Order: sequence, then structure tokens, then C-alpha cells
Amino acid sequence: MALMASSRREAGTKSFPLVIYVVVPLLALGLQSLLSLHFTRFDLVDLPLLVTIYYAITQREPVSGTLVGALIGIAQDALTHHALGIFGISKAVIGYMAASLGVRVDTDNHGTRLLLTFSFTLAQTVILWLLQRHMLGQPVAWHGFHELVRATVNALLAVVLFAVLDLTRRTEY
Amino acid sequence: MESFFSRYRNALVLITVLLAQVIGLAVQVRRPDPGEADKGGVRLIRSWVVGLVTPPERLLHGTGRGLRGLWTNYVDLIHVRQQNKALKSELDRVRLEEDSMAEDARQGQRLQGLLGFKEKYVYKTVAAQVIGTSGTEQSQVLLIDKGSKDGIRPDMPVITPDGIVGKTRDVFRHTSQVLEISDATSGAGVILEKTRIRGVLRGDTWGQPEIVNVSPDDRIQRGEAVLTSGGDAIYPRGLAVGTVDRVRPDPEGTLVNVLVKPSANLSKLEEVLVITSTGEEMPSEMQQDLTEAQQAEQKASDILAERLPSRVDPNAPVDQQQESEDDNAEEGAARPVKPPAALHPDRYTPSDTPPAADLVPGQKITDGQSQATSGSENGAENPPKAPANPESSAAPGTAAKPGKGKPATKPASNRTAKPKPKPAAPTAPGDQTAPGAQPPASQPTQNQPQATNPPATNPQATNAAPTTPSQTTSQSPQGGV
Repeated sequence: MALMASSRREAGTKSFPLVIYVVVPLLALGLQSLLSLHFTRFDLVDLPLLVTIYYAITQREPVSGTLVGALIGIAQDALTHHALGIFGISKAVIGYMAASLGVRVDTDNHGTRLLLTFSFTLAQTVILWLLQRHMLGQPVAWHGFHELVRATVNALLAVVLFAVLDLTRRTEY
Repeated sequence: MESFFSRYRNALVLITVLLAQVIGLAVQVRRPDPGEADKGGVRLIRSWVVGLVTPPERLLHGTGRGLRGLWTNYVDLIHVRQQNKALKSELDRVRLEEDSMAEDARQGQRLQGLLGFKEKYVYKTVAAQVIGTSGTEQSQVLLIDKGSKDGIRPDMPVITPDGIVGKTRDVFRHTSQVLEISDATSGAGVILEKTRIRGVLRGDTWGQPEIVNVSPDDRIQRGEAVLTSGGDAIYPRGLAVGTVDRVRPDPEGTLVNVLVKPSANLSKLEEVLVITSTGEEMPSEMQQDLTEAQQAEQKASDILAERLPSRVDPNAPVDQQQESEDDNAEEGAARPVKPPAALHPDRYTPSDTPPAADLVPGQKITDGQSQATSGSENGAENPPKAPANPESSAAPGTAAKPGKGKPATKPASNRTAKPKPKPAAPTAPGDQTAPGAQPPASQPTQNQPQATNPPATNPQATNAAPTTPSQTTSQSPQGGV
């Protein structure tokens, strides 16, 4: 399959059972909360972000990608003590971008997924930093190397996670 | 128009979603205190999400805990006996420490009472399991399995036996959020234990607690303990926070920030205690512990006195007894104060002072004139004795009646069967008059602590002399004369 898909028709549309749409984000939020408690460095991983990217690039619908990203982000905000909307805004933007790219890029390729997730993780960090630092005036520092490590870890994990989630989808032409 | 919306539908949806959230953010950040709990719709959304996420977490946490308990309680029991033995010996040691600390605690209470200081005691705590975190580095928040149904309210301190953890923030019915001290938006009033430097503790961008905006001070050393100061009206005073890790300059000024290594392991928390009630009176349990410690202290000193080898032979001459005691003093052995037997009972001899009920104000007692005279003969060798009791020096006739004096050969060990809890250091041999040169003169010197201490200000003076219960009962009033 070509790396660049010329149209949506050529790439095909993936859909999931409705229960998957509900369970997987909740599972991602729950595991993120639970595993961070037992594994100190697990907070490098952002499972809700990975789920957002996966839904967006497989649905290839910017509207649904935006809405899914916003909902998952707000749910993630609810588990923190921050104001609701910080993760909501960042994940809505990421969902929109991922869905827009998913129309043009073959997202079934592992290399593409790796690069996309790496880029979107860094993009989310930039959006979060802008929001917290310049919009909310919160004391947030930029740790460049740390963010690169985080993006790499998430990208590597995404390749595995996306392959697992592929098992739950059905392709429609 | 329709074509515009259909053409830019995706971008319009994105802009609408972002705009709605930005407005929502603007409304939320209008709150004056970022650590304050949410209200209204925001709280509702948090409650829904927490209600959806925490039940599976609770289930998983409970299952894991059950499996661990099965292993540790029924399978992995190797070395339990040795551990039990070691713990028992440690318990004995801790009891001894508790005895010694009980007196300090009482003294601290008295001083705080004198200063009008209002201490905050922990009355009631609720134990809670940590079932989750926020899952992000930007928010150092824990989820615990106790909520408003269990009496938890916002801004309650959360601690472990090692140190403080944080405070409750949003409290739901069965779950609560705990804002850790390592979060950048948290705040706790702290004080350095030795240097007494106060400051505000909060987390840095890496999630390590630090005391911010402290004046540079060379006395701040690595390892110094950090305690809560009680100034934030949330954490009770004196709780352990951590130790000084290092000092780094504040990038925005001339002050420094003191990085603190927290006492509680914030990355591996399983159980915490939420302080739900504090007060200014010492709780009854603590009072009971203190009383028990006091009783144990007295009992321990009694046992110690009984077990000590008798250094005084009741049949031996007084000189030999004195030499024996001096030898032990030179060996540096700790021993309770035991006044030696008096050869010639005088007005300073214990039990020779008449009971207060027998005395008449303004009337001199002439029966003890000879004893008072003998006491005054030794006055040149006991200068502190007479000035310490001006009444006695002004009226020597107020000495005890001779008929109530005790035999001089009474064993000293019997007279001091119950020494003071903290015995004074034995009198140095050099301070005593040489027994061989003037044997009688040394006796009043030994009695000096009892005679020179004004009974009204030093209640221990009455405890030093009496021995048996009957003597204690009969001689207590004499100490007040």
C-alpha cells in the first residue's frame, strides 16, 4: 500500500463497535491513573492522547476527531486539579490535526504512526505550555530533553497499542 | 451561506469547540484561590468522571491488595519469629524512651500554658486507601477511597506516619482528591527545626517540594529536618515534612529556594490518614498514654532502686559507709540520693521537724534547744544551710522536738527506698568534709539538700526524705514547716 493515499475512498474508512468508543477511553483514563500510582515514571506516557490520535487517524473525520479529543481531554482534566479545558483544548487540536492528516497519509503504516505520534506528543506539550504559561499564568517550565524522551516513549508505545486496537475495528469501503 | 458552512465545517467546529473551552477556562480561573475546591458545573463534571473511573480502580486495587495480603499473611511468613523478637526488644527500648520523654512533654505543656500557646492536637483521623493519581506530571493529585460520606471535607490535612502528604481538595461522596505538597499550586507553612527559619513549601516544576523565597543563610544545612509551622491553619504544628536536600538560588531574585526531600514517600503511597478533627485540648488517649508513662517511670525507678546492690551496710560504722559511697561515686555509677544516718539528730535531720499541726505561730520551741545549738556549732562548716532557711537562723528554737527524732543508726537505704525519678548527681567527694577529720560535721552537709530547699517551691524535697508509706504520711506535713 502506498504511503500517501490519494483519497478517502482509496484509504478506506474504519469504524468501531459503539462500546469500544466508550470503553477504550475510560480504560485509558483508568489505567493512566492507576499505573501512575504504582509505576513512578508511567506519567511519561499519555494513554488518553494515544487513544485520541488513534481514533482521529482511523476515522479520518476532523469533526469527530475534534469532539473525541475534546471529550477525552476534559475527562482527563477532571482527574487533575486544573481548570477544565486545558487538556480539552490541546486534545481537540490534536484530534483535528490527526484526522486531517489521516485523510492524506496512510496511517496503517507503523513508521507513519511512530512519526505522527512523536510529532503530536510534542505538539500537545507545546499547546499545554502555551496555555498554562501564557494564558493561565501558571509556573510551568520547559524541559526540552524530557519532552523528547516523553515523545519517543509515547511513539514507541503507540505502535504496539495501535496494533492491538486494530483488532477491534472493522473496515468499510 | 450554506456553502460557506459546508466548506469550512471542520474548521468551524474546531473553532467553536476551542472557543467554548476558552470561555469555560476564563470563568474557572476567576476564582481567587487556585487551590480552592470547584463549585457548580465544573464540580459536576469532575464528579461524573471520577465516578466513572474510580470503581474499576477500586476493584483493581482491592484485588491486588487481596492477593498481596494472601501472600504476605499466609505464605511468606519466614523469619516472623525473629522479627517478633526484634520488635519486642525494640518495644522495650521505645518504652524507656517514652518514659524519659513524658517528663519533657509535661514540661512543654506547662511552658505552653504559661505562654498561652494554643497547641493543635490531632483528635481524629480517617484511614484511606490511595486508589489512583491524576496520571499527569502537571498535576500532583491523588485519589483516595474516602469521601464526604466518611466525614472528609475540603482542606483537611492528609498525612502518613512518616510525614505530611497534602490536603484534600475536591471531595465527592465516596472519593476525594488530595493535592500533594509537591504540586506547584500547593502551599504549606513550614519551619526548619534547628535554624527556626520559616517559609512556604510548594512543589517546583519537577514535582519536588521546595521552600520558596528564603533569605540566604549559611546555617541551613543538608539533612536538617523540616516541620509544619501551623501558620497555614491547615496542617497542625510540628508534623514532619522532610529534610533539607539542597539550597539553590531563586532565579528571579536574591533569595534562595530550599529543596526538601519529603519524609513521606509520595511516589509510593498506599495508605494515608486524613486528619478530620483537631483541637486545643490534649486528647484523652494522649493523656492516658502520658499518665501510663508517668506510672511506668515511677515503677521503673522503684525497680531500679530495689535491684541496685546495697552500698550501705546497716551494721557498719558510718565512716565506712561514707567511704563505700565515695568509692562508688568515683566509679561514676549512677545512684539515687540517699542521705546518710545522722549521728546526732538536729533540726535538719528528717523527721525531727515537728508536724505543722503542733506548731503555734510566733511561739518558739525550746525543747530542741540543745540540738539547735549543736547545729549552730556546725554552722561555720555549712554556710549555705542557715541562710537558706532564714526563719530557722533567726529562731533556732524552732527546731524539731527531740522526742520525735529518729535513731541515728537507722539504715540509710531504708530511708530512701523510693528515690527521685531523676536523681541528682552524687555529691563529689571533694565537696564533703573529710569524714576522718570531723565525722559529725559531714552529716549536716549530707542533709543540706533537704534543709536548704524551701518546701513550698520544691515539692521534691518532701520526697527525698520519707521512705516507707507510714513515714511518708507522717512526714509530709513536716516538709511544709
